[in-house]
Amino acid sequence: MWLYLLKRTVLAVAIVAIAVTLLFLMIHAVPGDPAITLLGPRASPEMIAQIHQQMGLDKPLAVQLAIFFGRVFHGDLGFDAFSQRPVREIVLEQLPYTIELIFVSILWAVVIAVPLGCYSAIRRNSLVDQVAGVVTVAAIAIPSFVVAVYALLIFAVTLRWLPAIGAGSGFRDGLIYLILPAFATGIGWVGYISRLVRASMLEVLGENHVRMARSFGISEWRIVARYALPLAILPTVTILGVGIAWLLSSAVFIEVVFARPGIGKLIVDAVNTRNYPIVMGVVLVTTFLIVVATTLSDLVNAFLDPRTREKL
Amino acid sequence: MVRVEIIRPEPNDAVATGTFLRQLRKNRLGVLGALLVVLVFVSAFFAPLIITHDPIKIMVGPRLAPPSLDFLLGTDQLGRDTFSRVIMGGRIPLLVAFASLGSALAVGVVLGLIAGFGPRWLDNLLLLVFDTIRSFPGIIFALAIIALVGPSLASIIFVIAMTSVPIYARVLRTQAQGLLSSEYIAAERSMGAGTARILGVHVLPNVIGPLLILVSMDVPAVIAWEAGLSFLGMGVRPPTPDWGAVLNDGYSYINQTPWLVIGSGIPIVLATLGFTFLGEALRDIFDPKLRKDL
Repeated sequence: MWLYLLKRTVLAVAIVAIAVTLLFLMIHAVPGDPAITLLGPRASPEMIAQIHQQMGLDKPLAVQLAIFFGRVFHGDLGFDAFSQRPVREIVLEQLPYTIELIFVSILWAVVIAVPLGCYSAIRRNSLVDQVAGVVTVAAIAIPSFVVAVYALLIFAVTLRWLPAIGAGSGFRDGLIYLILPAFATGIGWVGYISRLVRASMLEVLGENHVRMARSFGISEWRIVARYALPLAILPTVTILGVGIAWLLSSAVFIEVVFARPGIGKLIVDAVNTRNYPIVMGVVLVTTFLIVVATTLSDLVNAFLDPRTREKL
Repeated sequence: MVRVEIIRPEPNDAVATGTFLRQLRKNRLGVLGALLVVLVFVSAFFAPLIITHDPIKIMVGPRLAPPSLDFLLGTDQLGRDTFSRVIMGGRIPLLVAFASLGSALAVGVVLGLIAGFGPRWLDNLLLLVFDTIRSFPGIIFALAIIALVGPSLASIIFVIAMTSVPIYARVLRTQAQGLLSSEYIAAERSMGAGTARILGVHVLPNVIGPLLILVSMDVPAVIAWEAGLSFLGMGVRPPTPDWGAVLNDGYSYINQTPWLVIGSGIPIVLATLGFTFLGEALRDIFDPKLRKDL
């Protein structure tokens, strides 16, 4: 286990390093000289050279990369010229809103999906199972932003039951503002998790220890809750870590549709205003989050199922 | 004396297609999916014949009108016919899906074969790069690329292709490595076949099937990506009709008319559902064991 932990951590660090390098090269591959963009077309060669020196653009690419690494390593994501504030501050200010949205979405999705998946597995081919089968595929397939816009149209604009835009203030108010966004973000996960639970539940229910429990006359519901679910839930626990990438993508759309603060809205606004430092800051922070989440889920998986340790 | 006769149908294509269609017919969702997919293709292909008005002509009718016999889905904020825009708008998602997944498949096959049959160090290096690209955050990464190169269809196609390549290459690599140790490859090699012949004639035909199913299951996701990025204003440029762009118009005027949102959302839903149902049916028929998380 310790060896796996070490290997997996080294791999994670390597992935972050390669990601940072790729991002750096991408920024450099963009046509156009940043100094000319800054100074305008009538800048003299001396002025351009001076800006190059200030920004470190006159140094060899490898040196620039090393400087870039050093800055990122220290958590310095650059400076936003528009608001005159460090990028890190801006991103960290918006991040809690997105994490809150993701957390609440996952929470309600799990609460609905796990019982649904269990029921579908136990009463296989029943009416509920068949209907759930279709509905869950549909929930996964339909894009979250379409769900979001439709939810906005029905519940906020037409029925006026729920607030349409913003994040509200205070705890109670904030929760009310979260209902529609969390619904749109989580609905796909209800489908995803319940299918996963159903599949692994069917597998577990066919195993010997469950048959043994059944032969003792233990009631079906007790078998499921006590002996099968703890095993069947494992793939779901580990998939949640990988799912954060998907959730971050949905959150971008959801935040834009409901005009909620968050890093998704932040990056869309930044792309629209061509504010590169913010864009790159968000990409770096979210990449880091995803690598941490997938690494953690791999470690949890390895802890629970020793067979996966040998794969690395 | 007992004569034993082995009756085995010749594996000819007509029989195979017949079996496939029979199996598909039993899968009701698959039939529904196939119908929806055909509908999407037909409407996109014959779009110029179906539309009732010029989709980019301004003020063919009143602004934000509700549906009527003349304007089947009403009109948008510039008085353009929504129905015509939605019908024409189906062409771009399909084009993006084919261009991006096609190029991703081509690159993924080559890289996957290199990883599977090349030297060990190259395999490890490629896997590391694949894992890195997979850890970029989906839409956020796409937005970053669009910020750098500017919004266009080409950048959307590039981003989708780039993020899909690692998945296909990984699947191909795993399958190819499984074949590498099989006896018939060893036999072929002992007869003096070169690597190119082994890969092209013997390995590729055996591994391409499952990969094509994976690709078909990715089509709805790509349609969603394209529509989503166009919805954010990062895809096609106005006035080009596109589902995501019309949905964005509808979102902007959601307080004044629901018809733009309804008219542009439904084709997105029908297309993603259709391709999903069909893709799942194809997987169930051809390769039930196929899992995406290889």
